[in-house]
Amino acid sequence: MAGSIVDKLIYPFSRSARAERTARHTAERAKLRETARSAGIPSVSVRDLSLSFGTVAALEHLDLDVMDGEFLVLLGPSGCGKSTLLNCIAGLIDVTDGQIFINGWNVTWEEPKDRHIGMVFQSYALYPQMSVRRNLSFGLRSARVPDDEIKRRIARTAEILQIEPLLDRKPSQLSGGQRQRVAIGRALVRDVDVFLFDEPLSNLDAKLRSELRVEIKRLHQKLANTMVYVTHDQIEAMTLADRIAVMKSGRIQQLGAPHEIYGHPVNRFVAGFIGSPPMNFLSGQLEPGPSPVFRAEQLHVPLDRYKFDDRGAAGGRCVLGIRPENVAVGAEGTARPFSHEVEIEIVEPMGANTLVWTKLAGTNFAFLVDSESGMKVGERVTIGFDPHRASLFDDATGVRL
Amino acid sequence: MADLPALEAAASRIPAVSRQLAGPRGPKPRPALSRRNAILYGTLIVLAVYYLLPLYVMVVTSLKGMPEIRLGNIFSPPVNITFEPWVKAWATACTGLNCDGLSRGFWNSVRITVPSVVLSIAIASVNGYALANWRFKGANLFFTILIVGSFIPYQVMIYPLVIILRDIGLYGSLPGLVIVHSIFGMPILTLLFRNYFTSIPEELFRAGRVDGAGFWGIYFKIMMPMSLPIFVVAMIIQITGIWNDFLFGVIYTKPESYPMTVQLNNIVNSSQGVKEYNVNMAATILTGLVPLFVYFASGKLFVRGIAAGAVKG
Amino acid sequence: MTAPSHMRRSRILRNLNAKLASVPMIVTAVIVFVGGTAWTIVYSFTSSKLLPRLAFVGLEQYERLWATPRWVVAIKNLAIYGALSLVFQLALGFVLAALMDQKIRFENTFRTIFLYPFALSFIVTGLVWQWILNPTFGIQQVVRSLGWASFTFDPLYNADVVIYGLLIAALWQGTGLVMCLMLAGLRGIDEDIWKAARLDGIPTWKTYLLIIVPMMRPVFITTLVIITSGIVRVYDLVVAQTSGGPGISSEVPAKYVYDYMFLAQNLGQGLAASTMMLITVIIVVVPWAYLQFGRKRRG
Repeated sequence: MAGSIVDKLIYPFSRSARAERTARHTAERAKLRETARSAGIPSVSVRDLSLSFGTVAALEHLDLDVMDGEFLVLLGPSGCGKSTLLNCIAGLIDVTDGQIFINGWNVTWEEPKDRHIGMVFQSYALYPQMSVRRNLSFGLRSARVPDDEIKRRIARTAEILQIEPLLDRKPSQLSGGQRQRVAIGRALVRDVDVFLFDEPLSNLDAKLRSELRVEIKRLHQKLANTMVYVTHDQIEAMTLADRIAVMKSGRIQQLGAPHEIYGHPVNRFVAGFIGSPPMNFLSGQLEPGPSPVFRAEQLHVPLDRYKFDDRGAAGGRCVLGIRPENVAVGAEGTARPFSHEVEIEIVEPMGANTLVWTKLAGTNFAFLVDSESGMKVGERVTIGFDPHRASLFDDATGVRL
Repeated sequence: MADLPALEAAASRIPAVSRQLAGPRGPKPRPALSRRNAILYGTLIVLAVYYLLPLYVMVVTSLKGMPEIRLGNIFSPPVNITFEPWVKAWATACTGLNCDGLSRGFWNSVRITVPSVVLSIAIASVNGYALANWRFKGANLFFTILIVGSFIPYQVMIYPLVIILRDIGLYGSLPGLVIVHSIFGMPILTLLFRNYFTSIPEELFRAGRVDGAGFWGIYFKIMMPMSLPIFVVAMIIQITGIWNDFLFGVIYTKPESYPMTVQLNNIVNSSQGVKEYNVNMAATILTGLVPLFVYFASGKLFVRGIAAGAVKG
Repeated sequence: MTAPSHMRRSRILRNLNAKLASVPMIVTAVIVFVGGTAWTIVYSFTSSKLLPRLAFVGLEQYERLWATPRWVVAIKNLAIYGALSLVFQLALGFVLAALMDQKIRFENTFRTIFLYPFALSFIVTGLVWQWILNPTFGIQQVVRSLGWASFTFDPLYNADVVIYGLLIAALWQGTGLVMCLMLAGLRGIDEDIWKAARLDGIPTWKTYLLIIVPMMRPVFITTLVIITSGIVRVYDLVVAQTSGGPGISSEVPAKYVYDYMFLAQNLGQGLAASTMMLITVIIVVVPWAYLQFGRKRRG
């Protein structure tokens, strides 16, 4: 009788109870995720998020939904708030206003460890004095996960990430790529739903960067977890993302698939930020009407083939943007709806292509040609483009017309 | 199609995402006095008391009359505040030799500290500049000896210095003590200046040479104007260290030139007869005033001086 | 083949100004540090009394030194004082630094409070703590007046525990420095480590103990060396607080050196004692220097 009472008192702390609790938590979380996914509830949801440091607003009224299994990239120049937003989602920063949901569950006031997220930092932040194995198990041990469960998870993680031979090494003995895998492994062992990446490739040289980029993409295909990735490098964004959120000054400028952002930028900032070499911009006037025309100095670009976002666009000052790769030269150029003769000023060989600079409507204008074309400075050529591929922006607001 | 009843049951357990006002919003409410804060500030305050206690006791004791001290305890504030102990400490306390208080020691200390600070900083800054920008053979070797030497306990070199000073006729005089302070201040100050001058971009130095300036020209026209903060840090280290010194003061001077610290010790520890604790405490405060003033006035620069590895006193 | 004379001359003349400016450093390094140390060691093997005399007597001074109870007590005191001082200063200094690292309000005020004792002379420190620990008027009296009539706390009059009285004063004065060094070390830790630990759900105290402290090993070692070189020199504090008493129970080597060298007119003993002090420092510093610089050369 007394024995059973004592048993009842001790049981919650016993090993089997802990194992049972852990298993129950894992099952609940999996169920939550399943229900959310089948109900179409986004994996990560940000509602009306605002963050200010004193009087400085870092994030302003952000709304964002990341669907289950999606790879979303937060892209923008330094200071735009992308890392801040990631830290808010992670729970490392307290928000000033707004809510954050993960799998439909409001986590705004939850500690980072309770949000079922894992994070990979720019410097990887592996505990330097501990072996890889201990790096992976340290958090689990702290959460009192039973030892055999820890062993099981480490084995599974090591297999997925192929870091089995590294388990007894220290971080200083690992290469950059191996460190990245261990950093990801630290999130994986905790059985998280969402992975957050804070510019993990920014510290690396170009070659390693492209190698590890592919590894991340491969990992996403294998795991199919939701991933939110922060970077300032548009190539990383374009190659990795299912959708990109371009940010500036604490607001999301455009959210869409890479080809959308590339081909259909909604404002001048996004148009200029995406694309390397960057888009050409010509300032001029829009003459609306049944046959709209863009006029700049002697230029006269017919816009009948241009898809206007804003049907009722009034005339006025505007900016025409066209990417260097969308400009054709020579005979092809003449065949385009708009063509013009220009004089070559500068030739920049870039290996696969050559970037040629000239002047159009008084501004510097660049176009790409094949390296074999043999353009020479001073030559006069005809260039042309299809307004269908161009973008028109209001001069004052920068918004796409 | 999915199992609708099950789905609805599940959905009802998830806080509705679309109802934006539902659930927690904004910053997490934290109680002003959370457990963490209580422990944190509590510990800090207890430790602050340990650190402030002696200061409080010093001040309080120095403002009491002797009868009050004999009656009360050291922590009770003075009932009748009197400045007499201060006057006595300054002007009439007996140091075994003569009875004109700490004022003599104060001026001695000033006479010791000012030239020592000037000389040691002048030597070390030029040295550091030479080491940083003008490499010559053997420079690093001598510098290493200097640094290694700074670990050697002073006691090992005290007597040889006595002999040297005696031989050049400066033993027991003020200039002799100034030289001693400069010698022992050299390692840390040279290190400080050398590190600072190494961090100044080489281009400035080269530009000066191109303009035709020589060793001293570059030093006075380019290096010195740029290094005001480090000079201040060096001054802080030296003023505090030299003013607080006791060992060199007692060995290399004659009793009439004893610095304030030596006099203070004589007043308190070797006076015969009735111990006047209030005078003692007043004397202690007076001796500590100059370095304390330097400390409070210098703020962050003092910490910077410490970070340069200055361990004096 | 030796260089032609005009080249040799110009090699000396090159950087002449720099060399002239470094003369004080060279003179100090060679004559005072190297020469002085060598002189002390050599003459510690002589029978000098009031004045140095080059009469070698082998290890006699050292044998007498270690046969003198006062010296043995001094060394013992230094060992106890040194070990405890080290441990407590590192521990308290680190705790202070960790507390200050928590982004608290009034950080500057607290730092000023913890650091001001470091600006004071050891004499001032010794005297004020002598007063506080005074049995008739100090802490013992205060506690007794509150009711505990049999409370005893007079370390400075108790030969067995006087060293702890010195310790309290030394801790008060020196921990501020340790706190500053540790705080600088803490601020150098990558912020991402903290974020990773928070995400892993590791409580703050555990993070400090198991992650941050091992990462700060170089800072601990440097601080240890700085503290140790200060400990060996302890002199002013003892002179002010206890004058070596009661009796000889709070003697320290530095005081022994001074007393024999200048007061007892026994130069040989004083030199032997200072050489012993040097050996103590070497025992501590050389392994550290080897670790620090040997590793750099290897790694």
